[in-house]
Amino acid sequence: MGVNQPLGDNVKLTTLDSLVNWARKSSIWPMTFGLACCAIEMMATGAAKHDLDRFGIIFRASPRQADCIIIAGTVTKKMLPVIQTVYEQMPEPKWVIAMGACACSGGIFDTYSVVQGIDEGLPVDVYIPGCPPRPEALLYGLIKLQEKIAGERNSFGSTIGLGERLPPAAA
Amino acid sequence: MAENHRAVVKLKEKFADSLLEVKEFRGEVTVTVKKENIVAICTFLRDSLKYNLLSDVTAVDYLGREPRFMMVYNLYSIPNKDRLRVKAPVEESQTSVDTVSTVWSTANWLEREVFDLFGITFTGHPDLRRILLTDDWVGHPLRKDYPLQGPDREPYQGRLS
Repeated sequence: MGVNQPLGDNVKLTTLDSLVNWARKSSIWPMTFGLACCAIEMMATGAAKHDLDRFGIIFRASPRQADCIIIAGTVTKKMLPVIQTVYEQMPEPKWVIAMGACACSGGIFDTYSVVQGIDEGLPVDVYIPGCPPRPEALLYGLIKLQEKIAGERNSFGSTIGLGERLPPAAA
Repeated sequence: MAENHRAVVKLKEKFADSLLEVKEFRGEVTVTVKKENIVAICTFLRDSLKYNLLSDVTAVDYLGREPRFMMVYNLYSIPNKDRLRVKAPVEESQTSVDTVSTVWSTANWLEREVFDLFGITFTGHPDLRRILLTDDWVGHPLRKDYPLQGPDREPYQGRLS
């Protein structure tokens, strides 16, 4: 059309927040941490049939390399300080998924020894119901977490020390 | 019948004044003895009657009954393929029993579990600490007067709807 386009289609205009959010949501690295039977479903989700790798989700064996912790199972009062230590060892930004009835609310274990929901100890981003949730449910929860990450505001600014990372605006 | 059981016959000969009750139910023989003599009886059962495996130590809380607690020792004889249950009542005012960890060393951890969950102490135990709950735990949860959902929560009153 006579307009000089020396760069062709190689330019995409976006915001820095979207770029950072896109990178973060496309490479959620969860902590390899299972507590009970939900961990078996989590392993099934990571294995060949459901294949978490296609979402860029790769389990990491160290909290230092993890962005996300999936609380997969019953949290006892004895285990809670251990989980909190692992969470504190994860670098920011970090997200928490409560997988299954026990992690959400204590589930069937309404007793003296069980924490009645991991939200008593950690800030939870996504709750997944089920006992245990099927791999599809965990996948859906992880996709919901991706949507949440994609909507976060000031992701870039908070990274370079300007203000706080803000949750997605209410829909 | 329980009276013809090999171990019961021997115990009646040797510890007649310590035996409180002998019972058989569905082929399981249970001997109730006085707790003061538990170490001597257990040593005799291990050495002379070949009950060389202590499969479990536990306790029962009969809240409202006297004596309140009952120690339970489940024994097995590997050479004779034979089981025996030994019980010993424990009063609430004096919740201490002599340790049998000197007889079977597996009793060390099993007695720690009983101490942790029932609050029964074992005199002579080499390392009487909590084993399942955290060290700073208050109370003994398997006692019948311990609230099921913990002392810091309102007890469950049934569904509201």
